[in-house]
Amino acid sequence: MEFGLTSDQTMMQESIDRTLARVAPLERVRKSVDEPFARDVFDALVGLGLPGILIPEAFGGLGLSLLDAALAAEMLGKHVAPVPFVASAVMAPLALTGAGTDAQKKTWLPKLARGEAIAGVAVSEHASGAREKAQVTARNGKLGGKSLFVLDFNGSDIFIVADKFGDLHLVDARAKGLKKTLLTTIDATRAIGELNFDNVEAEPLTGGNGPATLERMIDAGRIILSADTLGAGERMIEKAVAYAKDRKQFGRVIASFQAVKHLCAEMAAELEPCRSLIWYAAYGFDAQPDQSRRLAAHAKAHLSEIGPFVARTATEVHGGMGFTDLLGLHYWFKRIGFNRQNLGSPERARNDAAIAQGWVGN
Amino acid sequence: MDLSYSPEYEVFRQDVRAFAREYGARAPRSFGFNEESRAWQRLLIEHGYAARTIPKQYGGFGGTADILKSRILAEEFIAAGLPMGMANQGISMLVPTLLELGTEEQKQRWIGPTLRGEVIWCQGYSEPGAGSDLASLSTRAVEDGDDFVINGQKIWTSTAAQADMIFCLVRTEPDKPKHEGISYLLFSMKTPGIEVRPLVTMTGRAEFNEVFFTDVRVPKKDIVGGRGQGWLVANATLKHERGMLGDPNQAGTRFKALVDMMMTEEVDGRRLMDHPVYRDRLLKLQARVMAMEYHGLRLLTASLKGEDPGIARLIVKLMGCELNHQLAGFANDILGELGILYGHSPHLRAGGAWQTSFMFDLGLIIGGGTAQIQKNIIAERGLGMPREPKVAS
Repeated sequence: MEFGLTSDQTMMQESIDRTLARVAPLERVRKSVDEPFARDVFDALVGLGLPGILIPEAFGGLGLSLLDAALAAEMLGKHVAPVPFVASAVMAPLALTGAGTDAQKKTWLPKLARGEAIAGVAVSEHASGAREKAQVTARNGKLGGKSLFVLDFNGSDIFIVADKFGDLHLVDARAKGLKKTLLTTIDATRAIGELNFDNVEAEPLTGGNGPATLERMIDAGRIILSADTLGAGERMIEKAVAYAKDRKQFGRVIASFQAVKHLCAEMAAELEPCRSLIWYAAYGFDAQPDQSRRLAAHAKAHLSEIGPFVARTATEVHGGMGFTDLLGLHYWFKRIGFNRQNLGSPERARNDAAIAQGWVGN
Repeated sequence: MDLSYSPEYEVFRQDVRAFAREYGARAPRSFGFNEESRAWQRLLIEHGYAARTIPKQYGGFGGTADILKSRILAEEFIAAGLPMGMANQGISMLVPTLLELGTEEQKQRWIGPTLRGEVIWCQGYSEPGAGSDLASLSTRAVEDGDDFVINGQKIWTSTAAQADMIFCLVRTEPDKPKHEGISYLLFSMKTPGIEVRPLVTMTGRAEFNEVFFTDVRVPKKDIVGGRGQGWLVANATLKHERGMLGDPNQAGTRFKALVDMMMTEEVDGRRLMDHPVYRDRLLKLQARVMAMEYHGLRLLTASLKGEDPGIARLIVKLMGCELNHQLAGFANDILGELGILYGHSPHLRAGGAWQTSFMFDLGLIIGGGTAQIQKNIIAERGLGMPREPKVAS
């Protein structure tokens, strides 16, 4: 009985932390606004094997667990890293290992693992519900319709697309009839977009059960976004505490005022149990797959409540400075806001958890 | 990460289950200050299911500390519906304090009878003028020959009416700085000059008492840790209390009852579970219950490894008590008007326990270090923020 991290896991996390502190300081993150994503930051993470963290060793990846991926995601959130991860390193590899044919695995997994290819994932309609009447239809190997809020959109070589029945398809990003529209969001550190399909050639993923694999992809994605929020929230608390210890008003540092201390204590008290919830959900994804829908939905919903609470409170502790672009605190604020809405807002995720427990019908 | 138990522990679990089958019928119907409960307590000590780590020479089982076994024990007793060993203030707070700081004579004399439920203790800490600022307490103990003569008042004293003895903080050195003038005394509640008045709370029950001391003469030798050392001794005791409050197992038990209620109670002929707004609130609470349960696993693992979990430990009282209060409040809400019924009213649900808990939990949020004091502790010890500057006096 041990509920904690191994020394390998702690070391891996520290090494990602150090690398990102070096290659992705806020000044670097700011510049990425005009790029598809921060290629140099991504390359540094390739050096640590991050794009292949879940990909089996036989295909050139690290073959680690979702808990390891979540620990990595926590660091990406902490440094608001402007790189693909949730789709390209987590959901797409799970799609390929779960439902890809041998040929598809052999073609794409090694490339994804080496960071030579990026994969976007179009599953929003299944995770969040369809907006703007979006849906994807498949007929005779051709896709029609549209999908919104496609994750890791920029620089993608392929897209994994779920059709309206939850079957999965692999689409070449340069395929004829595929129209790609980048959507502008609050969060400049991640790219999300829209795919319109006009009779687009696609390879179906026929090596496994599509809808079952899709559920696993969404569960994993939810856990990863939660972990990203955890990291972003941690950094916001650190920044708020540091600022309060430095800033003086009424002749003393504001960290000595109980009104300020209590805000910081509330943030820490709310966020600390979230770490345990994410560890358990990520561990459960591999160890208790029959529980993973409930665990992932709860991690996603709870972090989507606590994350924004921390984001606004940390901003308030910074006073007027928290509100400025100069300080850049808003990069974390917006990252957390992005995570909250994506792959199922909290109400949606909680309803999924209720269904998973048989408390209410589908 | 590995949540399975090794074979040694699975064997222990089977032993506990066998015990539950064989002796379950002897469990007291009403667990409290009665012979049936004391007999149960003795049976538990004999099997190592209570007072497990207390040395044999002081009346304990003499086993080694094993947090996993404690956890398995709790799981199995809850599953079998059996009461755990006694957890009164004498056992939970005084016994660990004596083991740490008591003299050999004090250990021999008090630990055994306390463990067996033969001596009931109450705690004399808070005073009307000394709550969060406990060290400003003013109950005086003046030396007179071999005795101290005590005058003053204590408040929030649970079980004072049933108690045989009190462990009490008194000011013996009034001229010293406030933290250095306090002593920790043990004396009999039967001593002349002690008056206990029940303190009725908002629940309508007297869960606490006020205790008045008028020229109470007690032996000087029954001091723990020496004169003027009382503050250090008390802090050793409070450490044990903060671990006691905010128990996450309680939240899990309450949550199960809430789910049952959502599945069985109806409004307008529909199950409460089928109302999306209620259901969403239930699920919100479930995430918190899960987070605190897993948080408990994390703290457990840290103790197994002998690591200090730091801030993760400091938040437990604040978050645990608040969660329990919210669970009870939610139960009242989903019951609608049924939720305000109380006492022996017709249509009352769960014997009125949800309203009682809702109110009593507020007492727990305040007691044992208020939520605001907890936040100061989290900020100062957990986040390294400075203390409020002292007001010049």
